[in-house]
Amino acid sequence: MAKGIREIRRSIKSKKDMRQITKAMKMVAAAKLRRNQDKAEAARPYADKIQEVIASIASGTSGSKHPMLQNRPVKKTGYIVITSDRGLAGGYNANILRKVVNTINEKHKSKDEYGIFVIGRKGRDFFSKRNYPLLEEVTGLPVSPAFADIKKIAGAAVQMFENEQIDELYLCYNKFQSAISQIPTVKQLLPLEAPESNNARTMNYEYEPSSEEVLADLLPKYAETLVYSALLEAKASEEGSRMTAMGNATDNATDMINRLTLSYNRARQAAITQEISEIVAGANAQA
Amino acid sequence: MSKMTVEVVTPERVVYSGQAEMVIARGLQGEIGIMPNHMPLVTPLKTAPVRIKTEGDKEVKMAVSGGFMEVRGDKVTILAETAELPGDIDVERAKAAKERAEKRLAEKYAELDVKRAERALQRAMARIDVAK
Repeated sequence: MAKGIREIRRSIKSKKDMRQITKAMKMVAAAKLRRNQDKAEAARPYADKIQEVIASIASGTSGSKHPMLQNRPVKKTGYIVITSDRGLAGGYNANILRKVVNTINEKHKSKDEYGIFVIGRKGRDFFSKRNYPLLEEVTGLPVSPAFADIKKIAGAAVQMFENEQIDELYLCYNKFQSAISQIPTVKQLLPLEAPESNNARTMNYEYEPSSEEVLADLLPKYAETLVYSALLEAKASEEGSRMTAMGNATDNATDMINRLTLSYNRARQAAITQEISEIVAGANAQA
Repeated sequence: MSKMTVEVVTPERVVYSGQAEMVIARGLQGEIGIMPNHMPLVTPLKTAPVRIKTEGDKEVKMAVSGGFMEVRGDKVTILAETAELPGDIDVERAKAAKERAEKRLAEKYAELDVKRAERALQRAMARIDVAK
């Protein structure tokens, strides 16, 4: 018998407490996941509409020369990296950070060639500890972020692109596929690919004051909207990842409790048996 | 009187959706009134109140910032970074923001971000106007 009965009992108790916590976290994550999915859904009409209007302008005025649509020689690259503020979300942060670091190592030789915009405390800590060049950071976002929460960082990134301080901009986040599967993704944001107009019903709009000016007004907004929808998707991924991780933790705790209960019962029985044999031995000696 | 569909959408949600006789908004070059069967139009909007005349004298006002308007046949869509109905507006906060912005603009020190202060002022004024 390896452990005393009392130690085993204590260990079972502590596993049960742990399981209660992970179970609660799992349920909270499930609720938040639902809310974030709804939110991502609610954000769709806006993004779709902007895309539609830009597509119709771009197709109507062929060869528009807006700088945000133009590829130029790349001297410096910007990365927007979306991570979470809190841990206990399985491989959520580790996956995306590894992906970003690999991409950077592949593409760049020196630190002057890129800069990072980071969202979320985990990512911020990771990059600042390793001395990566951070351009801007946002932490402590609410569970359901509003557009205003990321306007600053998205605006700054777009602005730097317009000022030619960076020549391309990538968006790195966990793409939401399902509650159990999230894919770390690095996607080019700027220069924008002019969205294709998917149907032939493009209208002949009148633009006020002119199509170029409308485009110049809309493109930065479009880029910011893309950042926002990526953030919403990343938030949904975070909760999905947390839900899975906590579900696994709960299962593992249950397994462990079962095993410990078994050895507890064995130990208890062994103790009883021993006691009986001692009594019998004592009685025999008396006789 | 004929009517058209009006939708006001922000990145977060659809703020308003309904039928209206006329929409009055402030474009880059001044006030624009849209009535049903207007020709297709796209224009950025200034930070200002938008008035949606629903029926007769009834109208819905909202404070819109960072938006643009798309008109197509009998449908008007306003996309904006923020759009607030009178009920959503905290008047005290808007007044405080207005004073703060005015003070900033009056001080005129070197590192002042004039554009930012002006935008804040416009937003505050649009909100106060709508909430009245």
